Amino acid sequence: MSFLQLSELTKRYGDHTAVDRLTLSVEPGEFVSLLGPSGCGKTTTLQMIAGFVEPSAGAIALAGKDLLAVKPNRRGLGVVFQSYALFPHMTAAQNVAFGLEMQGVGRAERDRRVADALALVGLAGFSDRYPRRLSGGQQQRVALARALVIRPHMLLLDEPLSNLDAKLREEMQIELRAIQRTVGTTTILVTHDQAEAMALSDRMVIMNKGRAEQIAAPQEAYERPASAFVARFLGKTNELAGSAQTEGGATTVAIGPARWAIPRPLSGPIVATVRPEKIAFAAAAADRLAGVVRTRIFQGNHWLYRVETSGGDVFVIRQNAGDVMPAEGEKVALVWRADDMTVRAGDSGQGDA
Amino acid sequence: MSGAAKDEAVAVRRFARTVPWLLSLPALALFAAVLVVPLVMTVMLSFHDWSQYGGIRFVFILKNWREIWSDPYYFEMFGRTFRIALLVTLITAFIGTPEAYILHRMRAPWRGLFLLVLLGPLLISVVARTLGWALLFGGSSGVVNKALMTLGVIRSPIPFMFTETGIVVALAHVLMPFMVLAVWTALQRLDPQIENAAASLGAGQPTILRRVILPQAMPGVLSGGIIVFTLAASAFATPAIIGGRRLKVAATLAYDEFLNTLDWPLGAAVVVLLLVILVAIVVTANRLIERRYAEVLG
Repeated sequence: MSFLQLSELTKRYGDHTAVDRLTLSVEPGEFVSLLGPSGCGKTTTLQMIAGFVEPSAGAIALAGKDLLAVKPNRRGLGVVFQSYALFPHMTAAQNVAFGLEMQGVGRAERDRRVADALALVGLAGFSDRYPRRLSGGQQQRVALARALVIRPHMLLLDEPLSNLDAKLREEMQIELRAIQRTVGTTTILVTHDQAEAMALSDRMVIMNKGRAEQIAAPQEAYERPASAFVARFLGKTNELAGSAQTEGGATTVAIGPARWAIPRPLSGPIVATVRPEKIAFAAAAADRLAGVVRTRIFQGNHWLYRVETSGGDVFVIRQNAGDVMPAEGEKVALVWRADDMTVRAGDSGQGDA
Repeated sequence: MSGAAKDEAVAVRRFARTVPWLLSLPALALFAAVLVVPLVMTVMLSFHDWSQYGGIRFVFILKNWREIWSDPYYFEMFGRTFRIALLVTLITAFIGTPEAYILHRMRAPWRGLFLLVLLGPLLISVVARTLGWALLFGGSSGVVNKALMTLGVIRSPIPFMFTETGIVVALAHVLMPFMVLAVWTALQRLDPQIENAAASLGAGQPTILRRVILPQAMPGVLSGGIIVFTLAASAFATPAIIGGRRLKVAATLAYDEFLNTLDWPLGAAVVVLLLVILVAIVVTANRLIERRYAEVLG
């Protein structure tokens, strides 16, 4: 049985539906991300789990018990807010101790657990500092310690890293993952940053306009996006128009002069989605998609190419392995494996952008 | 760098230093003319002599100050002034703080509406607002008194006019907006998620108010307190209407000395003393508040 179960969870504000029949089950110890652009309903979903927002319909069960019948301050969930929402008039240690005081934990044990929690997030020497005297990253850690110290049934993280600069964010991602593994708390993370979601989660819920477009492991969602929206949202992607034909049980996809065999039957116009890093350069040939390099950008560990083809511009990312790379204006052919592309029927990218 | 260039650089720097002063000269002149000069003259006035028939004599004596110091009447006046100011401050703090919190929790359009209700009275003259109280409770002809007496609830009018209670109640009413505004401003700085954060940690609403909201509202309560205290201690219109000449405070006392007794020097001494005490209280309170909160809230 799953640990957290959201069933047909819905939130309406007037005639605007913020969250639309979201169903999700989370396993104990799992790290699940709610990922999507702003306004997709991910934060509303988290707030409904935390109890700050009443759902319009649907149910939430935690360990088999109806969570909606429990008041927010009795749910025992650790929440980390985007703004951290630390108590500015309390020191780091007092902030962390607050939840334990509410639970009536005795003085000695409280002090010990506060010290442990601050040590866990690497802030052992900062217990007497007021939040104002801490950096953004340190405040973030205090917020995490404050949420973890109460030994919550679940950890809810609402864009916890979005106020940090890029370098610090990456460090905190690694640390957050390590801490979550250590304590083993089931965690739900809300984020608009696909890299963050992919780096941290066991599974991602990619949300758009209140609906879950895909619920899958990061790699699965990245390699096999369920919709055009998911494909576009999870990193750079190319969409190429082509056609498919099924004859005698074998399906062939054609994009320009190039042909691929795919396992499922399909006919008519199609759109193929290919990740830029899955495309390789090859020597020109009659049955290969040809193009001209228009732009070449060096990005340290990789090259980013824009190649003009008969089917439109194609982005190509190649590892910087020290090889000689095609220069701007050079004629190239593009190749990729059938496995590396997702094919759907349709005239163009008529999913949701 | 050549000598001439260096001289020029020095001249430019000197000019850059003098320009701000030159630019603020008109404002400084105005400030001096309308504030500093009258203030200095008032202070000097308090050291002059006065007699019933001789009028003001321009000498330097401590007669007025000695009189204020030795006559228990003045102690009573100042004692009453600051007792009233303190009570008014406490009342506005106890009523105004919850009021500001309720306002803070309101949503549009109610918040705007009630803010207007709250601040609207500030647009009406203090005299009109105080006269309202006089109309309600002014002796046996006051509307409320009359009604209650007709209904047989009370036999004689509720004592309100010419009482300290009356002055305190009317002043608390008149000065309430200042407290509410000060606390509301402090609450505006709260993190909108702070109550949710406290709730998620297991705190109930009373605990949230006591442990999380109130400590953060305190700087607002204290600065509102300073404003209300100084305004109450130096208030003139309300004590003049409710207290009249029977129950005087420092401000009405000074007014009487100036305009009825015509003993300007004594009136000046009262005014200067009131000013000095108020400045001392405000500066001390401010320093304490700053020391307490600089580290925490900034």
